[in-house]
Amino acid sequence: MFLINCPYCGERDQSEFVSGGEAHIARPKQPTELNDDQWAEYLFMRKNIKGIQFERWNHAHGCRKWFNVARDTSNDKIEKIYKMGEQPPKL
Amino acid sequence: MSKNLRINNKQFVDETRKLSFVFNGKKLYGYKGDTLASALLSNDIHLVGRSFKYHRPRGIMTSGSEEPNAILQIGNDDALTEPNVRATEIELYDGLICNSQNCWPSVKFDIGGINNFLSPLLPAGFYYKTFMWPASFWGKYEYFIRKSAGLGKSPTKQDPDMYDHRYMHCDILIVGGGVSGLIAAKIASDDNKKVLLLEDKELLGGSLIYDDNDISKIDDQKSSEWLKKLIDNIKNDKNIIIKTRTSLAAYHNYNFLLARQNLTDHLSVNDRNNKIRQRLYKIRAKKVIISTGAIERPQVFHNNDRPGIMLASAVKKYIDYYGVRCGLENVIFTNNDSAYETALSLHKSGTKLNAIVDIRDNSSSEIVNQVKGLGIQIYWNHSVVDTKGYKRINKVTIMKLNDKGNDVIGKKIELNCDCLSVSGGWTPMVHLFTQSGGKLKFDNKDNIFVPDKTNLNQLSIGSAKGDFELDDVLKNSIKDTKKFLNIENSNFDKIDVKCSKEKDKKNIWLLPSDKPLSKTKPFLDYQNDSTAKDIKLALREGFKSIEHVKRYTTTGMGTDQGKLANMHALGIVADTTNTNMGDLGTTTFRPPYTPLTFGTIVGRNVGQFFDIFRKTPMHDWHVDNNAKFENVGQWKRAWYYPKDGETMYDAVQRESKAARESSGILDASTLGKIDIQGTDANEFLNRVYTNAWSKLQIGKCRYGLMLNEDGMVYDDGVTTKLGENHYLMTTTTGGAANVMSKLEDYLQTEWPELDVFLTSVTDHYATASVCGPNAKKIINKIFKNLDLSDESFPHMSFKEVKLGNISCRIMRISFTGELSYEINVEASYGKYIWEKCIEAGKEFNITPYGTETMHLLRAEKGFIIVGQDTDGTMTPVDLQMDWIISKKKYDFIGKRSLYRSDTIREDRKQLVGLLTDDPNEILEEGAQLIKDGNKNPVDMLGHVTSSYFSPTLKKSIALAILKEGKKLKGQKLLVPMIDKTIKVTVSDTIFLDKENERING
Repeated sequence: MFLINCPYCGERDQSEFVSGGEAHIARPKQPTELNDDQWAEYLFMRKNIKGIQFERWNHAHGCRKWFNVARDTSNDKIEKIYKMGEQPPKL
Repeated sequence: MSKNLRINNKQFVDETRKLSFVFNGKKLYGYKGDTLASALLSNDIHLVGRSFKYHRPRGIMTSGSEEPNAILQIGNDDALTEPNVRATEIELYDGLICNSQNCWPSVKFDIGGINNFLSPLLPAGFYYKTFMWPASFWGKYEYFIRKSAGLGKSPTKQDPDMYDHRYMHCDILIVGGGVSGLIAAKIASDDNKKVLLLEDKELLGGSLIYDDNDISKIDDQKSSEWLKKLIDNIKNDKNIIIKTRTSLAAYHNYNFLLARQNLTDHLSVNDRNNKIRQRLYKIRAKKVIISTGAIERPQVFHNNDRPGIMLASAVKKYIDYYGVRCGLENVIFTNNDSAYETALSLHKSGTKLNAIVDIRDNSSSEIVNQVKGLGIQIYWNHSVVDTKGYKRINKVTIMKLNDKGNDVIGKKIELNCDCLSVSGGWTPMVHLFTQSGGKLKFDNKDNIFVPDKTNLNQLSIGSAKGDFELDDVLKNSIKDTKKFLNIENSNFDKIDVKCSKEKDKKNIWLLPSDKPLSKTKPFLDYQNDSTAKDIKLALREGFKSIEHVKRYTTTGMGTDQGKLANMHALGIVADTTNTNMGDLGTTTFRPPYTPLTFGTIVGRNVGQFFDIFRKTPMHDWHVDNNAKFENVGQWKRAWYYPKDGETMYDAVQRESKAARESSGILDASTLGKIDIQGTDANEFLNRVYTNAWSKLQIGKCRYGLMLNEDGMVYDDGVTTKLGENHYLMTTTTGGAANVMSKLEDYLQTEWPELDVFLTSVTDHYATASVCGPNAKKIINKIFKNLDLSDESFPHMSFKEVKLGNISCRIMRISFTGELSYEINVEASYGKYIWEKCIEAGKEFNITPYGTETMHLLRAEKGFIIVGQDTDGTMTPVDLQMDWIISKKKYDFIGKRSLYRSDTIREDRKQLVGLLTDDPNEILEEGAQLIKDGNKNPVDMLGHVTSSYFSPTLKKSIALAILKEGKKLKGQKLLVPMIDKTIKVTVSDTIFLDKENERING
C-alpha cells in the first residue's frame, strides 16, 4: 500500500486511487489512416518493465483527476508525479 | 502438586489469584500472570502434543511465539473454539479449557505413534512419491491422509465475537518493548516525536526485565531495576502511546504496517461479554524502529525432540519470571555463554543442575567463571549424542568431540535429567525487516543473517540487528537511534554498562553422532517432523534452491513458520553443498508474523456490513409489497412480487401479462444517470456513441450504444437533450460508475480541449416507469394539464412538468415495447410519485413488476441487455445492430476497431433468436448450441444468453450468440442437456410486434 501525492489533493493512501496503465500513449488523431498493425500497436501493446515505468493514475475516490506517475516497478518507489499533458521527466 | 516446582514470591505472578483450567479433561491450577505453558509446567506437564507426521510425543519447548510443539485447541464451544493456539502465548484465565491436537485417542496413547516406528519408510516427499499411482485412486487415499493429517479443528459455527479495525499515524513506530525499543522510544519522545510503541506481551521490558544476575549492571544498578525506572518514566510520557498484547503481523511498503491487539483473550469467558476481542491496527509511520529481539536456537542432535528438552532461555524465563521449575534434574547443553545465565538462575532458585555440556573447548568469560566457581560440572568439548525417555526425557548420553568437531570419540557418559536446556546461539528476528523488502547479509562471526539494505525509512536495533551483549545492545541502540532521528545529544549518552563478554565461539549445524545419520532422528522442524536427513535426501535427489528444499521437506512450513530451525536447515544445506550461507540466502519470510484469526482480518465487515448495498427511494414500498430482491451491482432491485405463494415463474407470467394487457410499473431509479453540460456536449456525445447526435433537438431522446476502443459493446442507454448545452445520459445499472470514469478519462486525457462537464446524478433522481396500453390514462390522471397526444408528446421525447411543487422530468421512452412514460423526480419524492402512480393506476390493475419481468418483456422485443447478451466480445455488427453505427462520422470510440481483420470476419459469434420445437420447453441460460451431437469432440457453436416463456406469445423464446448466426436463420440446432437434447430453430431476434405498433398504445 503506497502513498500517492495527488497533485491536486496531496498525499493519500493508495486505496483512494486506481491505476490506468502505461502513460503517454496518445489516442491517434486520425485512426482511419492507420493500418491494422498500427492500430493494434496503439490498442494492445503495453510495456511491462522492471524499473521506472510511466503510468497514469486516477484519484478515483477523491478529486477524480488523472495524472502521471513515474514508478519504479521493482520497489514501488514513486520517483515523480506530474500532471496530464506534461512531458515525462528524464530519470 | 507432588513435586515442588513453584518458586514463591515472584513479582510477575500473583499467587493470591489462583485460577483453574482444564487440560485434556483434567482440572488443574495456576496463577494470574501465568501463561498456559507455565501453568502446565508448574503441574509437571511437558507432554502436550504429538508431532505432525510421526506422532512423536512433544513437549513445551519455548516461552514465546516460536513455539512449535505446544499448540493446543482452546475452548470446546463449536463457535468459539480456536485451533493451533500456542500455550506459550496465551495468558491463563479462570475456566480455560484446552486439549491436545493431532493425537487419537489421547496424547498419552496415540495410535498414530506407530508412524514413529515406520519412519524409515516415510522419507521426505513420501506422500508425493507414494500416492501418485494410479491417479484415479487419489480420491480413496485422500480421505485417510486428510484424517490423519491436519492439526486442530476449525470452529463449525459463525464466530460470535466482535473485532475492530483502527488506523493509527505516528512519527516513530517502535516494534518491540524490550530494552532497546524502550530506549529508542524515550530518545524519540525527548525529541518531541509522536511515538507508538508495540509490545506483544502484556508487560514491557523484554528479557531484561526479569534478569536476575549480578554481573549485568546499568549505571551501577541491577539492569532490571534500571529498566523498571525507565518503564515508569515511559508510561507517564505523553508523547508515547503504548499498545501491549499487540503483535505486528505485517510490514508493507511505504511504512504501512498491520498489528493485532488482543483485548479479551486473557479474560475469563464471563468477563468478555460485549467487548471487542481483537483489534487490527493499520499503521502509517513516518519512521519505523524494529527492536523485535532474537530467538534462541536449539541444537540438532539425535532425539532432540523429547518432552523436557527446552530452550535454555525458556527454562530461565520460567524460573525467573513465572517462578516455575521445568525439572528437578537439569542438564544444560550449549555452544555459547548465554546458557550460563540459565545455570545461574537454576542455582539461585535452588534447582538441581547436574551438568553443563558445552561443545566449546573452554570459555573464560566472567559469567562462565562464576558458574565454574559454583562447582557445577562442565563437560567441555562434549556433545549430546542421544536422549532417552519416550514421554519425558530421563537421560542424556554425551560423548567427546574430535578435534575437527565432525565426529565423537571416547566413552559414552550417561547423565540423569528430566529437563535438558539447549542453546545453539541466537537468531535475530529479521522477519519484519525482510517483509518490508529489506535485504539481509550474513555475519560469519555469529552465523546470523542481519539487516542490510532497505528502501524504507526504518532502523533495526538491539538483538534484532545482531547485538547480543548488553553493552552493545544499549550503546549501539542509543547511537543508531540518534543518527536515525538526527539528534545530537540524548539523556543516555553517559550510560555506564557492565556485562560479561563472550570470547569463545563454536557452531556446528548438525552435531556428529556415534550412529550413521540414517539411524538417527535429529529434528530441525519439530512441527512438521523434518530432520537433518530429510534435508540431505532432498539435496541428493537434486533439490538445490533453498526454496525447493523447503517445499520438498516442508521445513519451516508449520504454523511457527520455522522460527526455530530455519537457520539449521540453511546451515546443513550450506555445509553439505560447500556453499557460503550468505550466498545461499534465506527462504522468504511472509506475513503474518504470527497467525491471525479471520475475525481480525475482516473486522466489522461481516454480515450486512460485508459489502455496502444501495436502496432506491421506493425500497420500503417494495419490501411492504412482498418483493423479492436481486443484487445488481451494489443495488438491491425488486426482482418480482409473488402473490399468494406464487413461484417466481408464476409471478413473472402474471406481471408480464398485466404490463402488456393493461399497465405495469417498474422502479427504474437504479439506472446510471450522468448530467452532461458544456458548449461541446453535443460533440462529446458524437465521439462516445456510435450513432450521430448532431441533429437531436431539445426535448428529444435518443438511444445510444457505447463501445470500447477495441470495438466491443460497452454500455447503452437513452440520452435526453434537456437544453442547448445540457444532456442527461442514462447508463446500465451495473455500468454506471465505469461509464462515468471512462468518460472522465477521455475528457481529461484525450480531449481536454472540449468544454464539457460531467456530474453523476444517479442518486439524485428516482424513476417510476409506467407502461402498457393504459399508461397514458394513468399519467393523464396524475398530470391533468399535460398534453399527452402523440403530436405534442411523441415517443422519444421529454417534458418538464410540475406536480404541486415537485419538478418532474417525464421521458416517453420504452424498454418493453409498450407505450411507456418514465417519471423522474428528486429522490426524496420518489416514494410519493410511485404511490401516486399506484393509486392512479388502481382502476387499470397497475401491476408492479421487477427486473425479471422487465427482462422477459424486452427479450420479446429483441432488446439486448449489455452484460447478459453481450460479454465483451460482441461488436454492434455481431449484435445485428448495424443500424446504430453512423457512416458519416469520421471517428468515435471504437470505430477503427470495427474493421480490423478479426472484427470483419463473417464467422464470428452473432446474436440470434431461438425457438424451441416444443413451445413449452424453456431453454436454460448458458446452455450450449451444437449442430451434430455424434461428432467427437463436438463443435460448440454458441450459447443461450436469455430465455423465457412468453405469456403473450404463449411459447418459449430465447436469445443466443451463435457462430455465423446471421447465416443460420431457419436452421435446426440442438441444445444438449444433462438428461435430454432439445431441438431448436434459429429465428429473428424480435419475437413480438415487429412493426412497433404497441409503442403508441
